[in-house]
Amino acid sequence: MSERMDRREALKWMLAASATVSLLNFKSFGAGGMAATGYGTDPDLLKDYKPGDVWPLTFTDEQRKTVAALCDIIIPADEKSPAASSVGVPDFIDEWVSAPYPNQQSDRKEILTGLKWLDEESQKRFQKKFADLAESQQREICDDICYLPNAKSEFKTAAKFFVKFRNLTASGFYTTPQGWKDLQYIGNVALAKFDGPPPEVLKYLNLD
Amino acid sequence: MPFVMSSKTKPSYDVIIVGSGAAGGQSAYVLVAAGAKVLMLEAGRNYDPVSETPMFNTPKQAPLRGAATPDKQFFGFYDATVNGGWTVANEPYMVQRKSQNGWHEAKDIDVGGSDQNFMWWRPRMLGGRTNHWGRFSFRMGPYDFKPKSRDGLGMDWPISYDDLAPYYDKVEALVGVYGSNEGLENTPDSPPGILLPPPKPRANELLTKKFCAKLGIPVVPAHVAILSQQQNWNKIPQMLHSDNPDASARLASSMKTRLACFWATACGRGCSIKANYQSTTVHLPPALASGNLDIITDAMVREVTMDENGKATGVLYIDKTTGKEMSAKAKVIVLAASGCESARILLNSKSAKFPNGLANSSGKVGRYLMDTVGASLSGQIPALENCPPHNEDGASVMHLYMPWWNYQKQIAGKMDFPRGYHIEFGGGRRMPEAGIFGGLENFTGGSYGKKFKEDARRYYGSFMGFSGRGEMIPNEDSYCEIDPDKKDKWGIPVLRFHFKWSEHELKQAVHMQKTFAEIIKAMGGKVLGQPQADGAKAIAPGGAIIHEVGTTCMGSDPKNSVLNQYCQSWDVKNLFVTDGGPFVSNADKNPTLTIMANAWRACDYLAGEMKKGNL
Repeated sequence: MSERMDRREALKWMLAASATVSLLNFKSFGAGGMAATGYGTDPDLLKDYKPGDVWPLTFTDEQRKTVAALCDIIIPADEKSPAASSVGVPDFIDEWVSAPYPNQQSDRKEILTGLKWLDEESQKRFQKKFADLAESQQREICDDICYLPNAKSEFKTAAKFFVKFRNLTASGFYTTPQGWKDLQYIGNVALAKFDGPPPEVLKYLNLD
Repeated sequence: MPFVMSSKTKPSYDVIIVGSGAAGGQSAYVLVAAGAKVLMLEAGRNYDPVSETPMFNTPKQAPLRGAATPDKQFFGFYDATVNGGWTVANEPYMVQRKSQNGWHEAKDIDVGGSDQNFMWWRPRMLGGRTNHWGRFSFRMGPYDFKPKSRDGLGMDWPISYDDLAPYYDKVEALVGVYGSNEGLENTPDSPPGILLPPPKPRANELLTKKFCAKLGIPVVPAHVAILSQQQNWNKIPQMLHSDNPDASARLASSMKTRLACFWATACGRGCSIKANYQSTTVHLPPALASGNLDIITDAMVREVTMDENGKATGVLYIDKTTGKEMSAKAKVIVLAASGCESARILLNSKSAKFPNGLANSSGKVGRYLMDTVGASLSGQIPALENCPPHNEDGASVMHLYMPWWNYQKQIAGKMDFPRGYHIEFGGGRRMPEAGIFGGLENFTGGSYGKKFKEDARRYYGSFMGFSGRGEMIPNEDSYCEIDPDKKDKWGIPVLRFHFKWSEHELKQAVHMQKTFAEIIKAMGGKVLGQPQADGAKAIAPGGAIIHEVGTTCMGSDPKNSVLNQYCQSWDVKNLFVTDGGPFVSNADKNPTLTIMANAWRACDYLAGEMKKGNL
């Protein structure tokens, strides 16, 4: 992360601390650009929104196929929870890159460019689009771009895209009921009293 | 509710209050109880937390999974603030930028605002910032009122802790504050029976406490304006209004409708069960029930009007729904529009008699602008990995905190900065939101696939954040003034901000970073990023902590202060300022509780003077 990003992330956390919200907001999504119209400064907060409700989604069918395939390489089904594409994550990513706000507009460029690169790289290596590759072939490409510090110089740009895409996929997935269940987040329910950590937790942390 | 249209306002009121947040709400509550007929003007829209708060809504139900945008800043989509933030449409303010010369219109923090010398958070809604604030409610201590006497820096307040202590008692009883009495230095206890019991600590808080003990850092229950249990509506109203059965009955009936916290959903969204303090659910309902409070919303006050004898007669305001300028009359004017906004109104109230703005014979209106020093650091704590699942939402904000622990070392000259800070911290198995697991690749070597899911389970809940909140000493380089050119949509000249941290604050911010790194390491954790050794990089921009105070300072000498010890203008007897403006110092104790206590004291005095016919 750049110095500038670090500072912005740090600020996010700092601001959040004084009030509520989650603890570690590494919101490492870009910056820049101009705002158009979004949901406005006084939206209905009680409504159940779906991607596409406030601004139109913009992925082409081909982009959508690539996105779904990459989402599922990052978060596939396992014994604990389903794959990202089966719980609406591609819709969320579409909503994100279609949003009229500066940070999302900036992410849009990076995401669309990254998707294009992914299909071109797939063609180059295996003569097929990414979505049509075998999982082992998809992984071969992802292995080259999944960790920026280890990526070869020709893969650095793609590796940055992968960081962003993985963050978006995780944001989309772990905010669903299935994602919460996977992490065993069991809050957001009214309790008659707050008992603090149960004995097994105190024991686990050597606090008993 | 008697929200009146401007065409229906009475010909004249006893008191006009500008603003409806902590200061305006508290002022209205006290003055109405004393029998005054009050008109409150709020620049934003009417707002009802009971019907508008998205309790239990999940990030999935929000656009962009609730991530912050220029439309909904700070906490994002579910932030209680509507029509407000670091920027407000049609209501600019001017700042300086590190990268450019000259004056520039301020921007949202996410799109360039962090490059600014100052940021100014403004809500435009009934209840103001009380709707989304952190609700941390720490009393200033005896040292904090007399800082210059203690270490030679800054200024002393014209009042002492003992003057304000009875009002802290009353405010805590009225709004409901959980916490404990620990008998710590300059961290005052409340009298028995005032505080509500603190919630049990979370697992990550207990773990932090264990390791902080080894570092000599106290970790104790925080004081927070959230009802850990229902208030005693038989006892408290009688105690607060022993000679006023009507006010007591109105409070009792309002208090009964406030429920205890049910330990879920973030307080920053507001609270539909009224378990936390918001002006809209605590101060305004009993005041409205008296029939003596009228409120006009969407009323943007432009200036205070005066008569030829130098007395305030009322205010001019813009009815934002029509764009028309309106006037309202009263015997007494109370500005409670927030520190900088009240200063703006005074500076814009120019006349032949007051060419530099109203109540400004000292030249101090706008001066000594302060925010809180903020710095933060996060860490990953291996001991918290794979923790057995359990619900630790709790009160959404922290249950424990670290009060400042180095008063003696500082006064002995053993530290390189003079004033203290407290630490706010947290972590654990919170509601997963947008941005969760960003940066996780730094721990996993870039895992994806089934391995990523395993890593997510392992690391979820193992991150902790530490955030310092420290005292800023007032200085001559930090102030707001009227921009000579720029006007808002309503034609009202806007503020521009000068702001500069001194070495005192920069060194403090570095100390915060160092301390947080020590705590994280003591816990066996890994620091995320590097603790900043450069103060300018460690510290948050001015205004970022949203504790801006000063700008209409109180004092004991009319030559160098704007207000007397009762928040009454030296120059205009029937003009008061009861928000953060009167602050003379900005201790590390978050200002809202003190704003309310000070407003209560000022309005007691105001009511007494009015009865005596002195106003």
